[in-house]
Amino acid sequence: MEINQELISYLENLSCLTLSEEETLKLTDDLGKIINSMAKLSELDTSAQQENEFAPDNAAINPGNTFREDIILPSFPREGILKNSFANDGAMFIAPKTVE
Amino acid sequence: MTNKYSALELAEKIKGGEMSVLDAAEMYVPLAKENKHNAFLAVADISARVEDVQKRIDSGETLSPLAGVPIAVKDNISTVGIETSCSSKMLKGYTPVYNATVIDRLEQAGMIVIGKLNMDEFAMGGSSETGNAGAVKNPWDITRVAGGSSGGSAAAVAGGEIPLALGSDTGGSIRQPCAFCGVTGIKPTYGAVSRYGLIAYASSLDQIGIIGRDIEDCAALFEIISGYDEKDSTSAPFEFTCTNETKTPLKIGIPRNYFETGIDEDVKQSVLAAAREFEAAGAIIEDFTMPLTEYMVPAYYIIACAEASSNLSRYDGLKFGYRCENADSLAEVYRMSRSEGFGLEVKRRIMLGSFVLSSGYYDAYYKKALQTRALIKKAYNTLFKRYDMILSPVAPTAAYKIGENIDEPMKMYMGDIYTVSVNLAGLPAVALPCGFNTEGLPLGFQLIGDSFSENKLINAAMLYQNRGC
Repeated sequence: MEINQELISYLENLSCLTLSEEETLKLTDDLGKIINSMAKLSELDTSAQQENEFAPDNAAINPGNTFREDIILPSFPREGILKNSFANDGAMFIAPKTVE
Repeated sequence: MTNKYSALELAEKIKGGEMSVLDAAEMYVPLAKENKHNAFLAVADISARVEDVQKRIDSGETLSPLAGVPIAVKDNISTVGIETSCSSKMLKGYTPVYNATVIDRLEQAGMIVIGKLNMDEFAMGGSSETGNAGAVKNPWDITRVAGGSSGGSAAAVAGGEIPLALGSDTGGSIRQPCAFCGVTGIKPTYGAVSRYGLIAYASSLDQIGIIGRDIEDCAALFEIISGYDEKDSTSAPFEFTCTNETKTPLKIGIPRNYFETGIDEDVKQSVLAAAREFEAAGAIIEDFTMPLTEYMVPAYYIIACAEASSNLSRYDGLKFGYRCENADSLAEVYRMSRSEGFGLEVKRRIMLGSFVLSSGYYDAYYKKALQTRALIKKAYNTLFKRYDMILSPVAPTAAYKIGENIDEPMKMYMGDIYTVSVNLAGLPAVALPCGFNTEGLPLGFQLIGDSFSENKLINAAMLYQNRGC
Protein backbone atom coordinates (compact mmCIF):
# COMPACT_ATOMS: atom_id res chain seq x y z
CA MET A 1 0.00 0.00 0.00
CA GLU A 2 1.33 3.42 -0.94
CA ILE A 3 1.37 6.06 1.77
CA ASN A 4 0.99 9.41 0.05
CA GLN A 5 0.70 12.98 1.28
CA GLU A 6 -3.10 12.84 1.06
CA LEU A 7 -3.27 9.87 3.46
CA ILE A 8 -0.76 11.47 5.83
CA SER A 9 -2.85 14.67 5.96
CA TYR A 10 -5.99 12.61 6.57
CA LEU A 11 -4.27 10.78 9.46
CA GLU A 12 -2.95 14.05 10.88
CA ASN A 13 -6.52 15.33 11.00
CA LEU A 14 -7.85 12.17 12.61
CA SER A 15 -5.01 12.26 15.14
CA CYS A 16 -5.28 16.00 15.82
CA LEU A 17 -1.60 16.46 15.00
CA THR A 18 0.44 18.62 12.65
CA LEU A 19 3.72 17.08 11.59
CA SER A 20 6.82 19.06 10.73
CA GLU A 21 8.31 18.57 7.28
CA GLU A 22 10.98 16.31 8.70
CA GLU A 23 8.45 14.24 10.66
CA THR A 24 6.26 13.92 7.55
CA LEU A 25 9.15 12.53 5.52
CA LYS A 26 10.14 10.09 8.27
CA LEU A 27 6.63 8.91 9.08
CA THR A 28 5.61 8.52 5.43
CA ASP A 29 8.42 6.04 5.01
CA ASP A 30 7.88 4.32 8.38
CA LEU A 31 4.11 4.05 8.11
CA GLY A 32 4.44 2.50 4.65
CA LYS A 33 6.72 -0.23 5.96
CA ILE A 34 4.70 -0.86 9.11
CA ILE A 35 1.27 -0.92 7.44
CA ASN A 36 2.55 -3.27 4.74
CA SER A 37 3.87 -5.61 7.42
CA MET A 38 0.53 -5.47 9.23
CA ALA A 39 -1.18 -6.54 6.00
CA LYS A 40 0.33 -9.97 6.68
CA LEU A 41 -2.85 -10.69 8.65
CA SER A 42 -4.84 -10.83 5.40
CA GLU A 43 -3.19 -14.22 4.71
CA LEU A 44 -4.81 -15.72 7.79
CA ASP A 45 -8.22 -17.35 7.52
CA THR A 46 -10.27 -15.91 10.36
CA SER A 47 -13.67 -16.44 8.75
CA ALA A 48 -14.83 -18.73 11.55
CA GLN A 49 -13.65 -16.34 14.23
CA GLN A 50 -15.78 -13.68 15.84
CA GLU A 51 -13.79 -10.58 16.75
CA ASN A 52 -16.02 -9.95 19.74
CA GLU A 53 -14.88 -13.24 21.26
CA PHE A 54 -12.10 -11.12 22.59
CA ALA A 55 -14.02 -8.17 23.88
CA PRO A 56 -12.83 -7.00 27.33
CA ASP A 57 -15.80 -8.66 29.00
CA ASN A 58 -14.97 -12.04 27.54
CA ALA A 59 -14.09 -14.69 30.07
CA ALA A 60 -11.32 -15.90 27.76
CA ILE A 61 -9.13 -13.05 28.94
CA ASN A 62 -10.60 -12.02 32.28
CA PRO A 63 -13.58 -12.75 34.42
CA GLY A 64 -15.43 -9.86 32.84
CA ASN A 65 -16.18 -6.26 33.50
CA THR A 66 -17.32 -5.90 37.04
CA PHE A 67 -19.37 -2.97 38.17
CA ARG A 68 -19.32 -1.44 41.63
CA GLU A 69 -22.34 -0.09 43.42
CA ASP A 70 -23.40 3.36 42.27
CA ILE A 71 -22.49 5.12 45.49
CA ILE A 72 -21.59 8.80 45.72
CA LEU A 73 -18.07 9.24 47.05
CA PRO A 74 -16.13 12.44 47.75
CA SER A 75 -14.62 14.01 44.62
CA PHE A 76 -10.97 14.84 44.22
CA PRO A 77 -10.03 18.32 45.48
CA ARG A 78 -10.85 20.89 42.81
CA GLU A 79 -7.83 23.00 43.71
CA GLY A 80 -5.43 20.12 43.10
CA ILE A 81 -7.03 19.26 39.78
CA LEU A 82 -6.96 22.85 38.55
CA LYS A 83 -3.31 23.19 39.56
CA ASN A 84 -2.39 20.91 36.67
CA SER A 85 -4.11 23.11 34.08
CA PHE A 86 -2.43 25.80 31.99
CA ALA A 87 -5.13 28.36 32.78
CA ASN A 88 -7.99 28.46 35.27
CA ASP A 89 -10.00 30.98 37.24
CA GLY A 90 -9.95 29.04 40.49
CA ALA A 91 -13.18 27.26 39.66
CA MET A 92 -12.97 26.26 36.01
CA PHE A 93 -10.46 25.63 33.22
CA ILE A 94 -10.02 28.51 30.84
CA ALA A 95 -10.13 27.73 27.12
CA PRO A 96 -10.06 30.03 24.10
CA LYS A 97 -13.45 31.32 22.98
CA THR A 98 -15.19 28.77 20.78
CA VAL A 99 -18.21 30.75 19.53
CA GLU A 100 -17.72 34.06 17.71
CA MET B 1 26.51 -4.13 40.48
CA THR B 2 23.57 -5.78 42.23
CA ASN B 3 21.97 -5.05 45.56
CA LYS B 4 23.97 -6.05 48.64
CA TYR B 5 20.83 -7.40 50.31
CA SER B 6 17.68 -8.81 48.81
CA ALA B 7 14.52 -6.89 49.67
CA LEU B 8 13.44 -9.68 52.04
CA GLU B 9 16.85 -9.66 53.77
CA LEU B 10 16.59 -5.90 54.16
CA ALA B 11 13.11 -6.23 55.65
CA GLU B 12 14.37 -8.87 58.09
CA LYS B 13 17.16 -6.55 59.25
CA ILE B 14 14.63 -3.74 59.76
CA LYS B 15 12.24 -6.02 61.59
CA GLY B 16 15.03 -7.33 63.81
CA GLY B 17 16.19 -3.82 64.70
CA GLU B 18 19.59 -4.35 63.06
CA MET B 19 18.79 -1.52 60.67
CA SER B 20 16.29 1.35 60.84
CA VAL B 21 13.89 2.34 58.06
CA LEU B 22 16.00 5.49 57.70
CA ASP B 23 19.22 3.44 57.37
CA ALA B 24 17.62 1.44 54.58
CA ALA B 25 16.40 4.57 52.81
CA GLU B 26 19.81 6.20 53.15
CA MET B 27 21.40 3.22 51.38
CA TYR B 28 19.41 4.04 48.26
CA VAL B 29 18.38 7.71 48.14
CA PRO B 30 21.93 8.97 47.44
CA LEU B 31 22.24 6.44 44.60
CA ALA B 32 18.90 7.58 43.17
CA LYS B 33 20.08 11.19 43.34
CA GLU B 34 23.42 10.34 41.75
CA ASN B 35 21.40 8.67 38.96
CA LYS B 36 24.35 7.00 37.27
CA HIS B 37 22.22 5.20 34.71
CA ASN B 38 19.62 7.90 34.13
CA ALA B 39 17.10 5.47 35.63
CA PHE B 40 15.46 7.99 37.97
CA LEU B 41 13.26 10.90 36.91
CA ALA B 42 12.31 12.10 40.39
CA VAL B 43 13.37 11.42 43.97
CA ALA B 44 10.66 11.88 46.58
CA ASP B 45 10.84 13.63 49.93
CA ILE B 46 10.37 10.64 52.20
CA SER B 47 11.31 11.94 55.66
CA ALA B 48 7.77 12.00 57.09
CA ARG B 49 6.96 8.65 55.54
CA VAL B 50 10.12 7.01 56.94
CA GLU B 51 9.29 8.31 60.42
CA ASP B 52 5.71 7.06 60.21
CA VAL B 53 6.68 3.56 59.06
CA GLN B 54 9.40 3.32 61.72
CA LYS B 55 6.85 4.28 64.39
CA ARG B 56 4.43 1.63 63.15
CA ILE B 57 7.13 -1.06 63.14
CA ASP B 58 8.32 -0.01 66.62
CA SER B 59 4.77 -0.19 67.94
CA GLY B 60 4.63 -3.84 66.87
CA GLU B 61 2.22 -3.33 64.00
CA THR B 62 2.43 -6.13 61.45
CA LEU B 63 2.72 -4.42 58.09
CA SER B 64 4.10 -6.89 55.55
CA PRO B 65 7.20 -9.00 54.89
CA LEU B 66 8.61 -6.00 53.01
CA ALA B 67 7.90 -3.29 55.61
CA GLY B 68 10.45 -0.50 55.56
CA VAL B 69 11.94 -1.55 52.22
CA PRO B 70 12.53 1.22 49.66
CA ILE B 71 10.95 0.83 46.23
CA ALA B 72 10.78 2.97 43.08
CA VAL B 73 8.04 2.95 40.47
CA LYS B 74 7.81 3.53 36.74
CA ASP B 75 6.77 7.04 35.86
CA ASN B 76 3.43 5.99 34.35
CA ILE B 77 2.11 5.01 37.80
CA SER B 78 0.25 7.88 39.48
CA THR B 79 1.71 9.16 42.76
CA VAL B 80 0.19 11.97 44.81
CA GLY B 81 2.66 14.79 45.24
CA ILE B 82 5.33 13.30 42.96
CA GLU B 83 5.48 14.37 39.33
CA THR B 84 4.19 11.65 37.01
CA SER B 85 5.32 12.51 33.50
CA CYS B 86 5.45 9.22 31.56
CA SER B 87 8.82 10.59 30.38
CA SER B 88 6.90 12.96 28.12
CA LYS B 89 7.02 16.70 27.56
CA MET B 90 3.24 16.36 27.41
CA LEU B 91 3.03 15.57 31.14
CA LYS B 92 6.02 17.58 32.38
CA GLY B 93 5.02 19.05 35.73
CA TYR B 94 1.84 16.97 36.08
CA THR B 95 1.24 15.96 39.69
CA PRO B 96 -1.63 13.53 40.24
CA VAL B 97 -4.29 14.19 42.87
CA TYR B 98 -4.74 10.48 43.49
CA ASN B 99 -2.52 7.45 43.94
CA ALA B 100 -2.63 4.38 41.77
CA THR B 101 -4.09 1.49 43.77
CA VAL B 102 -0.69 -0.23 43.76
CA ILE B 103 0.84 2.82 45.48
CA ASP B 104 -1.82 2.71 48.21
CA ARG B 105 -1.04 -0.99 48.66
CA LEU B 106 2.70 -0.33 48.92
CA GLU B 107 2.00 2.31 51.55
CA GLN B 108 -0.31 0.01 53.53
CA ALA B 109 2.47 -2.59 53.41
CA GLY B 110 4.93 -0.11 54.92
CA MET B 111 7.13 0.21 51.85
CA ILE B 112 8.87 3.50 51.06
CA VAL B 113 8.40 4.89 47.54
CA ILE B 114 11.62 6.80 47.00
CA GLY B 115 11.21 7.88 43.41
CA LYS B 116 9.97 7.59 39.85
CA LEU B 117 11.71 5.71 37.10
CA ASN B 118 12.58 6.54 33.53
CA MET B 119 10.85 4.79 30.64
CA ASP B 120 9.97 5.11 26.96
CA GLU B 121 7.55 7.98 26.39
CA PHE B 122 4.07 6.75 27.38
CA ALA B 123 5.58 3.23 27.53
CA MET B 124 5.87 3.17 23.74
CA GLY B 125 9.18 1.57 22.93
CA GLY B 126 11.51 -1.29 23.67
CA SER B 127 14.70 0.53 24.58
CA SER B 128 13.88 3.37 27.02
CA GLU B 129 15.33 5.84 24.55
CA THR B 130 12.15 7.64 23.46
CA GLY B 131 11.50 9.54 26.70
CA ASN B 132 12.23 13.24 27.01
CA ALA B 133 14.79 12.63 29.78
CA GLY B 134 17.08 10.71 27.44
CA ALA B 135 18.14 7.08 27.29
CA VAL B 136 18.46 4.82 30.32
CA LYS B 137 21.92 3.26 30.43
CA ASN B 138 22.38 -0.45 30.93
CA PRO B 139 24.43 -0.98 34.14
CA TRP B 140 26.32 -3.88 32.51
CA ASP B 141 27.53 -1.63 29.68
CA ILE B 142 26.54 2.01 29.79
CA THR B 143 26.83 2.37 26.00
CA ARG B 144 23.89 -0.02 25.65
CA VAL B 145 20.15 0.28 26.18
CA ALA B 146 18.45 -1.07 29.30
CA GLY B 147 15.49 -2.35 27.26
CA GLY B 148 12.02 -0.96 27.50
CA SER B 149 9.72 0.36 28.15
CA SER B 150 10.41 -0.29 31.88
CA GLY B 151 14.14 0.30 31.33
CA GLY B 152 14.51 2.61 34.32
CA SER B 153 13.00 -0.04 36.61
CA ALA B 154 15.31 -2.81 35.37
CA ALA B 155 18.45 -0.63 35.30
CA ALA B 156 17.82 0.71 38.81
CA VAL B 157 17.50 -2.84 40.21
CA ALA B 158 20.45 -4.18 38.19
CA GLY B 159 22.59 -1.20 39.18
CA GLY B 160 21.86 -1.74 42.88
CA GLU B 161 20.06 1.62 43.10
CA ILE B 162 16.85 0.10 44.45
CA PRO B 163 15.99 -3.37 45.75
CA LEU B 164 12.60 -3.60 44.03
CA ALA B 165 10.70 -1.69 41.35
CA LEU B 166 7.33 -1.59 39.69
CA GLY B 167 7.05 -1.49 35.92
CA SER B 168 4.33 -2.12 33.38
CA ASP B 169 4.15 -4.64 30.56
CA THR B 170 2.01 -4.01 27.47
CA GLY B 171 3.96 -6.14 24.99
CA GLY B 172 7.04 -7.25 26.92
CA SER B 173 7.98 -4.04 28.73
CA ILE B 174 8.87 -5.77 31.99
CA ARG B 175 10.32 -9.00 30.61
CA GLN B 176 12.60 -7.59 27.90
CA PRO B 177 14.37 -5.03 30.16
CA CYS B 178 14.77 -7.80 32.76
CA ALA B 179 16.54 -9.92 30.14
CA PHE B 180 18.71 -6.99 28.99
CA CYS B 181 19.71 -6.08 32.55
CA GLY B 182 19.97 -9.55 34.12
CA VAL B 183 17.19 -9.18 36.70
CA THR B 184 13.95 -11.00 37.50
CA GLY B 185 10.42 -9.90 36.68
CA ILE B 186 6.78 -10.88 36.89
CA LYS B 187 4.24 -9.91 34.24
CA PRO B 188 0.99 -10.86 35.99
CA THR B 189 -2.20 -12.19 34.41
CA TYR B 190 -4.34 -9.39 33.00
CA GLY B 191 -6.60 -8.34 35.86
CA ALA B 192 -4.43 -9.77 38.66
CA VAL B 193 -3.05 -6.33 39.61
CA SER B 194 -5.20 -3.20 39.52
CA ARG B 195 -4.52 -0.80 36.65
CA TYR B 196 -6.25 2.07 38.47
CA GLY B 197 -3.86 5.00 38.28
CA LEU B 198 -1.68 3.43 35.58
CA ILE B 199 -1.56 6.00 32.78
CA ALA B 200 -3.05 4.14 29.85
CA TYR B 201 -1.22 3.14 26.70
CA ALA B 202 -3.26 0.13 25.49
CA SER B 203 -5.84 -0.74 28.11
CA SER B 204 -6.61 -4.33 27.07
CA LEU B 205 -2.89 -5.17 27.18
CA ASP B 206 -1.36 -2.97 29.92
CA GLN B 207 -0.43 -4.70 33.17
CA ILE B 208 1.54 -3.44 36.17
CA GLY B 209 4.22 -5.88 37.29
CA ILE B 210 7.41 -6.32 39.28
CA ILE B 211 11.15 -6.17 38.75
CA GLY B 212 13.53 -7.42 41.46
CA ARG B 213 16.81 -9.10 42.22
CA ASP B 214 15.32 -12.58 42.54
CA ILE B 215 12.00 -14.40 42.37
CA GLU B 216 11.51 -14.52 46.18
CA ASP B 217 11.53 -10.72 46.35
CA CYS B 218 9.21 -10.47 43.35
CA ALA B 219 6.78 -13.02 44.83
CA ALA B 220 6.67 -11.14 48.14
CA LEU B 221 5.82 -7.91 46.33
CA PHE B 222 3.26 -9.66 44.12
CA GLU B 223 1.41 -10.74 47.28
CA ILE B 224 1.19 -7.06 48.24
CA ILE B 225 0.06 -5.51 44.95
CA SER B 226 -2.23 -8.20 43.53
CA GLY B 227 -5.91 -8.59 44.30
CA TYR B 228 -9.30 -7.29 43.37
CA ASP B 229 -9.86 -3.55 43.14
CA GLU B 230 -13.32 -2.13 42.65
CA LYS B 231 -11.80 0.95 40.98
CA ASP B 232 -10.64 -1.16 38.01
CA SER B 233 -13.55 -2.78 36.15
CA THR B 234 -11.18 -5.37 34.62
CA SER B 235 -9.75 -6.35 38.00
CA ALA B 236 -10.09 -10.04 38.83
CA PRO B 237 -11.19 -11.56 42.15
CA PHE B 238 -7.74 -13.08 42.60
CA GLU B 239 -5.87 -13.15 45.90
CA PHE B 240 -2.32 -14.38 45.53
CA THR B 241 -0.46 -16.18 48.29
CA CYS B 242 2.82 -17.80 47.47
CA THR B 243 2.63 -21.44 48.50
CA ASN B 244 4.91 -24.37 47.95
CA GLU B 245 3.65 -26.16 44.86
CA THR B 246 5.66 -29.20 43.89
CA LYS B 247 3.84 -30.91 41.08
CA THR B 248 6.11 -33.58 39.69
CA PRO B 249 7.03 -34.00 37.04
CA LEU B 250 6.58 -30.49 35.71
CA LYS B 251 5.76 -30.57 32.00
CA ILE B 252 7.37 -27.75 30.08
CA GLY B 253 6.83 -27.01 26.38
CA ILE B 254 9.56 -25.40 24.25
CA PRO B 255 8.44 -23.63 21.06
CA ARG B 256 11.06 -25.03 18.68
CA ASN B 257 10.27 -22.52 15.91
CA TYR B 258 11.35 -19.67 18.23
CA PHE B 259 14.90 -21.03 17.95
CA GLU B 260 15.08 -21.56 14.20
CA THR B 261 15.71 -18.11 12.70
CA GLY B 262 16.33 -14.55 13.80
CA ILE B 263 17.76 -15.41 17.21
CA ASP B 264 21.34 -14.86 18.35
CA GLU B 265 23.25 -18.08 18.92
CA ASP B 266 24.23 -16.99 22.45
CA VAL B 267 20.59 -16.37 23.39
CA LYS B 268 19.51 -19.67 21.88
CA GLN B 269 22.17 -21.69 23.70
CA SER B 270 21.59 -20.04 27.08
CA VAL B 271 17.81 -20.47 26.93
CA LEU B 272 18.14 -24.11 25.89
CA ALA B 273 20.64 -24.59 28.73
CA ALA B 274 18.00 -23.25 31.13
CA ALA B 275 15.57 -25.85 29.75
CA ARG B 276 18.16 -28.56 30.41
CA GLU B 277 18.46 -27.34 34.02
CA PHE B 278 14.73 -27.95 34.45
CA GLU B 279 15.12 -31.38 32.88
CA ALA B 280 17.94 -32.18 35.29
CA ALA B 281 15.63 -31.15 38.13
CA GLY B 282 13.05 -33.71 36.98
CA ALA B 283 10.88 -31.75 34.55
CA ILE B 284 9.65 -33.27 31.30
CA ILE B 285 10.75 -31.08 28.40
CA GLU B 286 8.94 -31.41 25.10
CA ASP B 287 9.21 -29.22 22.05
CA PHE B 288 6.35 -28.10 19.83
CA THR B 289 5.69 -25.63 17.02
CA MET B 290 4.13 -22.41 18.26
CA PRO B 291 1.30 -21.60 15.86
CA LEU B 292 0.51 -18.15 14.43
CA THR B 293 3.98 -16.78 15.23
CA GLU B 294 4.21 -14.55 12.14
CA TYR B 295 0.87 -12.92 12.97
CA MET B 296 1.63 -12.01 16.57
CA VAL B 297 3.59 -8.78 16.05
CA PRO B 298 1.19 -7.36 13.39
CA ALA B 299 -1.87 -8.17 15.55
CA TYR B 300 -0.22 -6.66 18.61
CA TYR B 301 0.77 -3.39 16.96
CA ILE B 302 -2.64 -2.94 15.35
CA ILE B 303 -4.48 -3.41 18.65
CA ALA B 304 -1.96 -1.50 20.79
CA CYS B 305 -1.84 1.48 18.41
CA ALA B 306 -5.63 1.54 18.03
CA GLU B 307 -6.06 1.69 21.79
CA ALA B 308 -3.24 4.24 22.11
CA SER B 309 -4.83 6.57 19.57
CA SER B 310 -8.02 6.49 21.62
CA ASN B 311 -6.40 6.71 25.06
CA LEU B 312 -4.10 9.58 24.14
CA SER B 313 -6.93 11.69 22.74
CA ARG B 314 -7.37 12.95 26.34
CA TYR B 315 -4.27 15.14 25.98
CA ASP B 316 -5.86 18.34 24.75
CA GLY B 317 -3.76 21.06 26.43
CA LEU B 318 -6.68 22.22 28.57
CA LYS B 319 -7.20 20.17 31.71
CA PHE B 320 -3.64 19.00 32.30
CA GLY B 321 -0.44 18.51 30.41
CA TYR B 322 1.49 20.61 27.95
CA ARG B 323 -0.23 23.63 26.39
CA CYS B 324 1.08 25.50 23.37
CA GLU B 325 1.15 29.17 24.31
CA ASN B 326 0.80 30.54 20.78
CA ALA B 327 -2.53 28.96 19.92
CA ASP B 328 -5.38 31.38 19.23
CA SER B 329 -8.39 29.12 18.85
CA LEU B 330 -9.57 26.02 20.70
CA ALA B 331 -8.83 23.85 17.66
CA GLU B 332 -5.31 25.26 17.57
CA VAL B 333 -4.82 24.61 21.29
CA TYR B 334 -5.68 20.95 20.76
CA ARG B 335 -3.61 20.46 17.65
CA MET B 336 -0.55 22.52 18.50
CA SER B 337 -0.31 21.29 22.10
CA ARG B 338 -0.39 17.69 20.91
CA SER B 339 2.07 18.33 18.07
CA GLU B 340 4.57 20.02 20.38
CA GLY B 341 3.95 17.82 23.44
CA PHE B 342 4.30 14.32 21.94
CA GLY B 343 7.53 12.78 20.67
CA LEU B 344 7.94 11.06 17.32
CA GLU B 345 7.30 7.46 18.44
CA VAL B 346 4.07 8.47 20.17
CA LYS B 347 2.93 10.36 17.07
CA ARG B 348 3.80 7.34 14.92
CA ARG B 349 1.65 5.04 17.07
CA ILE B 350 -1.27 7.47 17.31
CA MET B 351 -1.30 7.84 13.53
CA LEU B 352 -1.07 4.08 13.03
CA GLY B 353 -3.98 3.66 15.41
CA SER B 354 -5.99 6.29 13.57
CA PHE B 355 -5.26 4.44 10.33
CA VAL B 356 -6.34 0.97 11.49
CA LEU B 357 -9.54 2.38 13.00
CA SER B 358 -10.41 4.59 10.03
CA SER B 359 -13.26 4.05 7.62
CA GLY B 360 -12.25 1.67 4.85
CA TYR B 361 -9.43 0.02 6.82
CA TYR B 362 -11.14 -0.99 10.09
CA ASP B 363 -12.24 -4.46 8.89
CA ALA B 364 -8.98 -5.33 7.16
CA TYR B 365 -6.79 -4.29 10.07
CA TYR B 366 -8.46 -3.77 13.46
CA LYS B 367 -11.23 -6.36 13.17
CA LYS B 368 -8.80 -8.84 11.64
CA ALA B 369 -6.34 -8.25 14.50
CA LEU B 370 -9.07 -8.91 17.09
CA GLN B 371 -9.94 -12.16 15.35
CA THR B 372 -6.26 -13.11 15.26
CA ARG B 373 -6.00 -12.32 18.95
CA ALA B 374 -8.82 -14.73 19.70
CA LEU B 375 -7.05 -17.43 17.66
CA ILE B 376 -3.83 -16.85 19.60
CA LYS B 377 -5.70 -17.18 22.90
CA LYS B 378 -7.29 -20.43 21.70
CA ALA B 379 -3.87 -21.75 20.66
CA TYR B 380 -2.54 -21.07 24.16
CA ASN B 381 -5.60 -22.75 25.71
CA THR B 382 -4.78 -25.88 23.72
CA LEU B 383 -1.11 -25.73 24.71
CA PHE B 384 -1.92 -25.45 28.42
CA LYS B 385 -3.87 -28.70 28.21
CA ARG B 386 -0.53 -30.32 27.32
CA TYR B 387 1.97 -28.30 29.32
CA ASP B 388 2.19 -26.73 32.76
CA MET B 389 4.15 -23.87 31.24
CA ILE B 390 6.07 -22.75 28.18
CA LEU B 391 9.74 -21.83 28.30
CA SER B 392 10.90 -19.38 25.65
CA PRO B 393 13.41 -16.64 24.91
CA VAL B 394 12.42 -13.09 25.86
CA ALA B 395 14.28 -11.22 23.13
CA PRO B 396 16.20 -12.42 20.08
CA THR B 397 19.34 -10.51 21.09
CA ALA B 398 21.13 -9.12 24.12
CA ALA B 399 21.05 -5.36 24.81
CA TYR B 400 22.08 -3.35 21.75
CA LYS B 401 23.91 -0.03 21.55
CA ILE B 402 22.09 3.17 22.47
CA GLY B 403 20.93 4.76 19.20
CA GLU B 404 21.54 1.60 17.16
CA ASN B 405 17.90 0.88 16.31
CA ILE B 406 16.12 4.11 17.14
CA ASP B 407 15.56 5.05 13.48
CA GLU B 408 14.35 1.59 12.52
CA PRO B 409 10.92 1.10 14.08
CA MET B 410 10.21 -2.13 12.19
CA LYS B 411 13.39 -3.71 13.56
CA MET B 412 12.42 -2.56 17.06
CA TYR B 413 8.89 -3.94 16.70
CA MET B 414 10.17 -7.32 15.49
CA GLY B 415 12.25 -7.53 18.68
CA ASP B 416 8.94 -8.08 20.50
CA ILE B 417 8.29 -11.37 18.67
CA TYR B 418 8.55 -13.60 21.77
CA THR B 419 6.69 -11.38 24.22
CA VAL B 420 3.59 -9.81 22.64
CA SER B 421 1.45 -12.95 22.42
CA VAL B 422 1.49 -13.18 26.23
CA ASN B 423 -0.24 -9.78 26.45
CA LEU B 424 -2.61 -10.56 23.58
CA ALA B 425 -3.74 -13.65 25.50
CA GLY B 426 -3.68 -11.92 28.92
CA LEU B 427 -1.32 -14.54 30.38
CA PRO B 428 1.21 -14.37 33.22
CA ALA B 429 4.95 -14.83 32.68
CA VAL B 430 8.12 -14.60 34.70
CA ALA B 431 11.42 -13.42 33.24
CA LEU B 432 14.61 -14.87 34.64
CA PRO B 433 18.30 -14.26 33.93
CA CYS B 434 20.16 -17.22 32.41
CA GLY B 435 23.77 -16.22 31.97
CA PHE B 436 25.76 -13.95 29.69
CA ASN B 437 26.75 -13.75 26.06
CA THR B 438 30.32 -13.66 24.80
CA GLU B 439 30.41 -9.88 25.31
CA GLY B 440 29.48 -10.24 28.97
CA LEU B 441 25.91 -9.00 28.52
CA PRO B 442 23.10 -10.64 30.49
CA LEU B 443 20.56 -12.92 28.79
CA GLY B 444 17.13 -14.03 29.94
CA PHE B 445 14.28 -16.43 29.34
CA GLN B 446 10.61 -16.47 30.26
CA LEU B 447 8.19 -19.01 31.66
CA ILE B 448 4.64 -18.47 30.40
CA GLY B 449 1.68 -19.97 32.22
CA ASP B 450 -2.08 -20.22 31.94
CA SER B 451 -4.17 -17.38 33.40
CA PHE B 452 -3.74 -16.98 37.17
CA SER B 453 -1.05 -19.67 37.36
CA GLU B 454 1.46 -17.26 38.91
CA ASN B 455 2.06 -19.56 41.87
CA LYS B 456 3.09 -22.39 39.57
CA LEU B 457 5.40 -20.07 37.59
CA ILE B 458 6.94 -18.63 40.75
CA ASN B 459 7.58 -22.11 42.16
CA ALA B 460 9.28 -23.15 38.91
CA ALA B 461 11.32 -19.93 38.93
CA MET B 462 12.41 -20.66 42.53
CA LEU B 463 13.39 -24.18 41.49
CA TYR B 464 15.58 -22.68 38.76
CA GLN B 465 17.10 -19.83 40.75
CA ASN B 466 17.82 -21.98 43.79
CA ARG B 467 19.34 -24.88 41.84
CA GLY B 468 22.58 -26.03 43.37
CA CYS B 469 21.78 -24.28 46.65
